[in-house]
Amino acid sequence: MIEFVSANIAPVMFGAVVVFLLSGFPVAFSLAACGLLFGFIGIELGLLPATLFHALPLRVFGIIQNETLLAIPFFTLMGLILERSGMAEDLLDTVGQVFGPVRGGLALAVVFVGALLAATTGVVAASVISMGLISLPIMLRYGYGRSIATGVITASGTLAQALPPSIVLIVMADQLGRSVGDMYRGAFIPAFMLIGAYTLYVILLATFKPRLLPALPPEALKFREPNGSSGMRSLIVLMALLVTLSTLFGRYYDAILSAFKGVETSAPLDETLVMSLTVGAALGLSLAGANRLLKLGLLSVIAERVVFVLIPPLALIFLVLGTIFLGIATPTEGGAMGAVGAIIMATIRGRLDYRRVREALQSTAKLSVFVMFILIGATVFSFTFTAVDGKEWIEHLFDKLPGGQLGFLIFVNAMIFFLGFFLDFFEIAFILIPLLAPVAVNLNIDLIWFGILIALNLQTSFLTPPFGFALFYLRSVSPVSAFVDRVTKKRIEGVRTTEIYRGSIPFVLIQIVVLALLIAFPHLVTGSLDPGIEVDLDTIEIPRATDDAEWGGGGGAWD
Amino acid sequence: MDRLLKLSALIDGTSRLVGKTIIWLILAATFISAGNAIARKAFNIGSNAFLEIQWYLYAAVFLLGAGVTFLQNGHVRIDVLANKLSRRNRMYVDMVGILIFLLPLCYFMISFAWPIVARAYVTGEVSSNAGGLIRWPVYALVPAGFALLALQAVSELIKRAAYLAGAGPDPLLLGGHDTAPDNAPPAHAVVTPTPVAETESGSASFPDEARK
Repeated sequence: MIEFVSANIAPVMFGAVVVFLLSGFPVAFSLAACGLLFGFIGIELGLLPATLFHALPLRVFGIIQNETLLAIPFFTLMGLILERSGMAEDLLDTVGQVFGPVRGGLALAVVFVGALLAATTGVVAASVISMGLISLPIMLRYGYGRSIATGVITASGTLAQALPPSIVLIVMADQLGRSVGDMYRGAFIPAFMLIGAYTLYVILLATFKPRLLPALPPEALKFREPNGSSGMRSLIVLMALLVTLSTLFGRYYDAILSAFKGVETSAPLDETLVMSLTVGAALGLSLAGANRLLKLGLLSVIAERVVFVLIPPLALIFLVLGTIFLGIATPTEGGAMGAVGAIIMATIRGRLDYRRVREALQSTAKLSVFVMFILIGATVFSFTFTAVDGKEWIEHLFDKLPGGQLGFLIFVNAMIFFLGFFLDFFEIAFILIPLLAPVAVNLNIDLIWFGILIALNLQTSFLTPPFGFALFYLRSVSPVSAFVDRVTKKRIEGVRTTEIYRGSIPFVLIQIVVLALLIAFPHLVTGSLDPGIEVDLDTIEIPRATDDAEWGGGGGAWD
Repeated sequence: MDRLLKLSALIDGTSRLVGKTIIWLILAATFISAGNAIARKAFNIGSNAFLEIQWYLYAAVFLLGAGVTFLQNGHVRIDVLANKLSRRNRMYVDMVGILIFLLPLCYFMISFAWPIVARAYVTGEVSSNAGGLIRWPVYALVPAGFALLALQAVSELIKRAAYLAGAGPDPLLLGGHDTAPDNAPPAHAVVTPTPVAETESGSASFPDEARK
């Protein structure tokens, strides 16, 4: 028995941690206890030096002073404040009115708002719940196919997982030892592909199965002009104007930048997009502001409302992602500014009081504690696991896998897809990723590419029946039994759980297709990583407080 | 048992007090970090002390908050299999876990970290960055956090023993994830009754809000 353990301590330790974790005792404590236990066993068996644990506190101190992880509470706080400010409700209401009169319009509005919420609040539960409360009843009322209505809501809600400034990407960057900025940049095109694929799917359905995605009838439109017209023409003109101006700006952005800096500059695509978006948003806001203040009457009710509802999230997206992409702020600072911006915005709208702030802070604290403690637990585990050559054992396991890079990626994605049914993201990130990363490096797999693939894959796990979280969130706010609709006075059947399950399947398939495309064309991810930008980021890097040699490296716990 | 339960209530009260206090450190860290960024960009001034205080504050939040999070059953568990156990058996798992995992863990983390804290205090170790902060307070947060966690573990142990002996309420129902105010859907969200079985298996002990 003792000989067996001595000879196979890494696999035995791995087996033990699986048993410990499955016991249902908190993950953080199980991991740490397993690390300590096997450390002592190793010392007892003479496999490990008696001084093994002397370096452990330094690892814990290393986690404490890791500045990247500070972004977690900041982005969480920003999301929770925005959630409580009612931004989602305003957006859904207004955008639904704009897109509603076309076939499939409500579904498109959900995708669009889902993407906006993902880039600002980034809380899956909040997105799904608000869309389930606001858009689902309208869709049911006007005869949408039930599975389409529920599917589009759950899928759009989970976009928050994969779109910057997702916390998933921060943790992934930390664990893979890459910069958060690069991770965000790498996620840019995949995120747009995902949104594009959802949109395309809705448009195709609306074209070929129009009965399933009907347009809103005229009486369902709320924002009307005094003369009874919809005011859409004004909105279209305004939008066309803004799009033209911001496209022009984007076109000549390189030239403007060159003139501004005095040297020939070529800006990367993401930067140009963010800047154009900002210019368009600022123009829109000033136009609508002038119109309201001066009572010009140039804009219709709906046009003005669209501008006032859309601009705050757009401004915040710039504040956070823009400054990070442009290299003005580190992701940590971007998160802090985003949180402050959200607090200011919510205060101006009169939606923030002491109770809401306290609740948001409580949730943030709770999330911070459990994430950081899983990290501490995983650090203790990995500390011993590395000492008993566990990582070599894992690498050795993958030697036998055929197919090189592609075989590894397909295997890992299939495994994570499967584990995603049962495990939480943070468990996968902190336990599995550090074990897989060295293997990926050996196979010459770009770690940003690897991280984005896993992030997208884990997003899918929110959607897969029967355990997908997004499905539960929607279930919790959708009607269970038949009810009489308030507006149409018609009887509407409740939403069955199987309808929610069925609705998510096309979107899971879309996700898998996008994932396959990203595996096939890594350039979609790595192409956004402009080497010129990285240099920029380095030069603005603030002097890290982690230079103390004694503190044992501030990076990931696994270095 | 009565005395033990009183002790447990005292510990819970302490943890809650700590929990109520530390949340404001997050707000402070947020404003300090945003202020740093703006000051550095706009006025080209920066202070290492202010850069370091951010993560001092965050360290205080997550280390000192470990206990109160345990009280609220906020540390994630993998409950695929554990869900199949009876309530009583889950209590046994927790009690065994506290006794053989958590309390030894706290003991060793405190004893590993203590010499470093003591040395930093005696030598007056200061950050190597110009104008940086003195180090021992942040080192001291590690043993302090694990001490609070150990205290809370003792309280949880007592509550579970009391429940199993029929002398106390179900500790998982008090401030667990399903009942914590910050985790419930917004008040307006509860418009329709939900089949209990479904929501329970979905959200049981996974913190569902604030996840990204």
